[in-house]
Amino acid sequence: MLGIEGLSPETISGLLDLSESYIPQNQSIDKRRDLLTGRTVINLFFENSTRTRTSFEVAAKRLGADVINMDVATSSVKKGETLLDTAMTLNAMRPDAIVVRHSESGAVSLLSQKVNCTVINAGDGQHEHPTQALLDALTIRRRRGTLEGLLVAICGDILHSRVARSNIHLLQIMGARVRVVGPPTLMPTDIDKMGVEVHYNMRSGLKDVDIVMMLRLQTERMQGSFVPSISEYFRFFGLDKEKLKVAKPDALIMHPGPMNRGVEIDSEVADDFDRSVIHEQVEMGVAVRMACLDALIGGRRNSVVGAAA
Amino acid sequence: MTGNVRRGTAPHTGSTAFINARIVDPTADVEYTGAILISDGKIADFGPNLFASGAPYGIESVDCRGLYLAPGIVDARVHTGEPGEEHKETLESAGIAAAVGGITSLVLLPDNEPPFDDASLIEFVARRARQVKLANMYAYGALTVGLEGQHLAEMGLLAEAGAVAFTDADHAVGNAQVMRRALYYAKAFDALIVHLPQEPSLSGGNMTSGVMATRLGLSGVPPLAEVMMVERDIRLAEMTGGRLHLTKISTAESVKAIAAAKARGLKITCDTAPPYFALNDLAVGDYRTFGKLVPPLRAEADREAVVEGLKTGVIDAIVSDHRPQDQDSKRVPFASAEPGGVGLETLLPISLELVHNEQLTLPRLFQRLSAAPARLFNLPGGKLAKGAPADLVLFDSDYAWRVDRDDLWSKTKNSPFDERPVQGLVMATIVGGRTIYRHDNFTPAAATA
Repeated sequence: MLGIEGLSPETISGLLDLSESYIPQNQSIDKRRDLLTGRTVINLFFENSTRTRTSFEVAAKRLGADVINMDVATSSVKKGETLLDTAMTLNAMRPDAIVVRHSESGAVSLLSQKVNCTVINAGDGQHEHPTQALLDALTIRRRRGTLEGLLVAICGDILHSRVARSNIHLLQIMGARVRVVGPPTLMPTDIDKMGVEVHYNMRSGLKDVDIVMMLRLQTERMQGSFVPSISEYFRFFGLDKEKLKVAKPDALIMHPGPMNRGVEIDSEVADDFDRSVIHEQVEMGVAVRMACLDALIGGRRNSVVGAAA
Repeated sequence: MTGNVRRGTAPHTGSTAFINARIVDPTADVEYTGAILISDGKIADFGPNLFASGAPYGIESVDCRGLYLAPGIVDARVHTGEPGEEHKETLESAGIAAAVGGITSLVLLPDNEPPFDDASLIEFVARRARQVKLANMYAYGALTVGLEGQHLAEMGLLAEAGAVAFTDADHAVGNAQVMRRALYYAKAFDALIVHLPQEPSLSGGNMTSGVMATRLGLSGVPPLAEVMMVERDIRLAEMTGGRLHLTKISTAESVKAIAAAKARGLKITCDTAPPYFALNDLAVGDYRTFGKLVPPLRAEADREAVVEGLKTGVIDAIVSDHRPQDQDSKRVPFASAEPGGVGLETLLPISLELVHNEQLTLPRLFQRLSAAPARLFNLPGGKLAKGAPADLVLFDSDYAWRVDRDDLWSKTKNSPFDERPVQGLVMATIVGGRTIYRHDNFTPAAATA
C-alpha cells in the first residue's frame, strides 16, 4: 500500500468497513486476537515518528503479529548503507510486511520494488501518507455517516504536507469537495489542477465547511523564509474561535498531530470537546492500521478489500 | 547492438571511395545520390556525378548501397568520468559509445574532479584522446575557478592549451558582475562562452514545477528560472559584445526570448538536447530517476516550442548532454539521485525522429548536429568540403530498434530513452578516413575492381 491515488471508492469503503469492525475490539478489555500469529511486521522508520510508529506497533500486536521496530538512529543506515541494501537485508529475513516512513518522496515506492513482501507507506516525504487519510475518513464517516457531499477545508502548510495530498485524493474519490487554505508561499504549484478550490484567507476558506483539517507548520522542512513569523502566521492562518465562526456550527476540527498550539491552532479550539475530534483520530488510527494489515497480510486477500494491495 | 569498434587503427593513407551513398550535405542544404572520395584522411572530392558510371578503378571502394552518408556528428556537450570518476565513464568508453553513435568529434565538459580550470587538464585530455584514437576529442576550459562562479579562470592560458570554449558546465553563473566580466574578458581571445541559463536561487528543485511535481511531492524548478537567466545573459552579451552560446534550452519562453534577440541582430546562439525535444515531465512519473536531468524535463508545450525552435533555426545546434551516472547515483530516492543521462548512442536515432515526423529535413538536421557546432566551436569537421577531414557517419535512417540500457556501450546505463522504440542506426563511423566503427549488418563490398 503505497498511496491513496488510484484506489477505487469500493476499496476505500471496504477498508473503512473493516476498520470499523476493529473498533469494539480496541475498546474492550481483551484487545488481542491471533489473526496474524506467526507473521512478522517490521516498522522501518527513517524519519522520527512516535505517533505513527506506535500506532502501527499497537495495531500489529493486537492482531498477534511479531513486531520489530527498526531504530534507524543506531542502524547501519547511519553507517552509510543505502536504502536498497537495507531493504534487501530486511527482505532476506522474510518479514510479511514492512511499514516504511522516509523523508524523501518516492522512497517507499523504490523500496517496494526490491522486496517481495507487503510494503505499507507510513509517509514518504511530501508525497503520501495513506493510513492517515484513511483514519481521517473513518473519523469523519463515523461522525457524519458519509463523506459524499461534504465540504472539507484543509488548512495551513499544504506545500510540505503528504497528509494533505493523501486526503485530497481520498476525499475526492469518495465524493467530498475539498478546499485548501493557506498562504500562497505554502501552496504547491498548480494545486488547483488536482481539483481543489484554493483560498488564501481563512474567512473565505472556512465559509460553510463541514470539516476543518488543520496541518502542522513543518518548519523543519523549510529552507528559507516561507512566512514572516509565527505570530503573523497564527494571526492570519491559525485556527481560533473567531475564524471558525464562518464554518458550519457543527463543523468538526481535525489535526493529524503533533499539534503546535499557538502556531496553527488555538488551545481553546483544539480542546473544544464538542467539535474537536483530534483524539478520536488517534483512536481510529489503530483500527485503520489493523484493517490494512488484515487486508494485506491476513490471508483474506479475496475479501472485499482485496484490491487494496 | 552488435558491431565492431576498431581502436588504434593507423592513419588513413591512399584513397577510398564511398560510392552509391545518399549524401547529406548540410552546408549546401541538399541530399543526393553520389560518392565521396577521401585521400589521406581528407575529403578529396564529392558530388552526384563522382563515379556515377560505376566503381572507380584501382582504388579501394566501399559500396554504401543507398545508405545515408553525412558529416560526422560534432557533439559539443559530453561529460565523462575521466579524470575523477572513471567507474562511470572513461575517455575510452565514451569514445567507443561516440563511435557507435556516429559522433566523430566531441567537446568534453570541464566539471570533472579536478575541474578543467588549469591548462594541464586540457593537455591531459588531448594526450588521452591521442591514445584512445577514436573520435576527435576537444575540451572546454572552466569559465570560473573551481566552477564556483566567483573568479575568472585563466582563459588565455586555457585557450593556448587547446580549450575550444569556456563554461561552468551545469553550474550557472548567478553573479551578473562575474558573467559581465567573463564576457568582456573573453573578447581578448575571441573565446566563446557557453552558459546554462538557470537562475540558481530558483533552481534548487528536483523536477519542473507543475501538477506532476505537486502530485509526486517533489520540489519544483519553475520554467521561469531559465528565461530569467536567458534575458539577463542577452543583455550582458549585448552590452559587452562577447560571444555567448546558451545551452540546453528547454522552455517555450526561452525560445521566444532568443528568437527576439536574434531578430535584433545579436550574435547569440544556442543548443538543446534530445530529452528536451523528445520527452516531457511525464517521463519522471513513478519517480524514474533516469528522467532526472538539468534542466528538468518540462511540460509538453515547452517540448513543442523546442521542436519549433529547431525547425525555425532559433536553436542552432543539438548536443547529446551525455552524463553517465552509475547505479549508486540513480537507484536512490528521486531527490537524492544525481541528475543526468547518457546520450551518445541515442543522439542520432532520437534526432532522426524530427526527420521522420517531417519537422526537419536531413540536411537541416545535420546542420544542427554537425555543421553548426563545428562552426560555433571553430572545429575542423562537420562539413563536406574539399580538404576537410574525412569525418563521416554512414547510417540507415529507417532501421527500427528499441533502446535497451543493457545493450549500451557506455559504462553506465542511465538513458532517459530506455525502452523507447526508435528508427535509425549508425552503420559506420569514419574519423579522418579511418573506419572506427562498423555495424555487423554492414559489410562493405571492399572490392578493388
